[in-house]
Amino acid sequence: MIAALALFLCCQLLGETLAVLLQLPVPGPVLGMIFLFVWLLARGGPQESERRTAAGLLQHLPLLFVPAGTGVLLHLHRLADEALPIAVALIVSTLLGLAVAGLTLAWFSRRRSSAHTQQ
Amino acid sequence: MPPVIGGHPAHDIWVYLETQPLLWLTLTLVAYAAAFALQRRLRGHPAANPVLIAVALLATVLLATGTPYARYFEGAQFVHFLLGPATVALAVPLYGQRQRIVERAGPIAIALVAGSLAAALSACLIAAALGASPATIASLAPKSVTTPIAMGIAERIGGLASLTAVVVILTGILGAVVGSGLLRRLGVRDDASVGFALGLAAHGIGSARALQISEEAGAFAALAMGLGGAFAALTLPWLVPPLLPLLAGH
Repeated sequence: MIAALALFLCCQLLGETLAVLLQLPVPGPVLGMIFLFVWLLARGGPQESERRTAAGLLQHLPLLFVPAGTGVLLHLHRLADEALPIAVALIVSTLLGLAVAGLTLAWFSRRRSSAHTQQ
Repeated sequence: MPPVIGGHPAHDIWVYLETQPLLWLTLTLVAYAAAFALQRRLRGHPAANPVLIAVALLATVLLATGTPYARYFEGAQFVHFLLGPATVALAVPLYGQRQRIVERAGPIAIALVAGSLAAALSACLIAAALGASPATIASLAPKSVTTPIAMGIAERIGGLASLTAVVVILTGILGAVVGSGLLRRLGVRDDASVGFALGLAAHGIGSARALQISEEAGAFAALAMGLGGAFAALTLPWLVPPLLPLLAGH
């Protein structure tokens, strides 16, 4: 488990380093996810300990957003200034983004698989 | 801690504990455990989102006790730190779904572009129509993207990074709460599409919700979060600035 956690942290460290060095807009952990993915491809899949460590970290992923989420408190006054446009834009655009992404992926996937079965 | 002489021992204990990371770390875990237990009791209903409930509980405690967020974060940072390695760990479910992802590469690319632009442009247009300032419009544009990328984009296009951080979190919570119900109503039932939509429109908090649905949904959410972040970072900085003067003119 410690070896697996060290591997994840190495990927993150490599990601953070590259993000700073090359001034990439993508954050270190997201680059780290790509590095771990490439590592898993090269190794032919995760070892049991890596699988268990990942499952342990991800099992309560919502918890890890709580400290940052509580930071909303710091900026409540900013929201209050333009509450109406922010609230309406936030709600409608989130629903629209969900709907467009879900419908397009489902629709094009279906079209594709039905095209496959017809051949 | 010195022995309390005369008066208010409870107050003195509070004064001591309130400065310690232990208290706020413990309260973060307790608030989450309570929120998680509540969600279980409601049989996983998405409205009982554990992030939403835990944040509401903690915010109430901080406001009631007059505790500054910075002091709270001294304790909560130990939980916050794990967000980095957990994001890296998303590569494991992603690896497990690699074949399904490759099979759907074309549809994924289309959904990425359509979903990202729909979320970003509709946010700008609606905010402008309702009279928001250009800085607010720019702060809303990257709201569906994971926080660090979103803040970077906001700064580059004339937004306020701190306002972006708030709308990103609120978007994530909203998407996690309503996402699966909305998509079911629209007839989107496969886990891959639901997960992808959650990751694209509601980044990490949406991905956390998708992982509760299934590993497939979680993997597609992680993929969407990564792709959506990269796509927004590449397109919004040249797409939004020319729009702002046009929108603000109305």
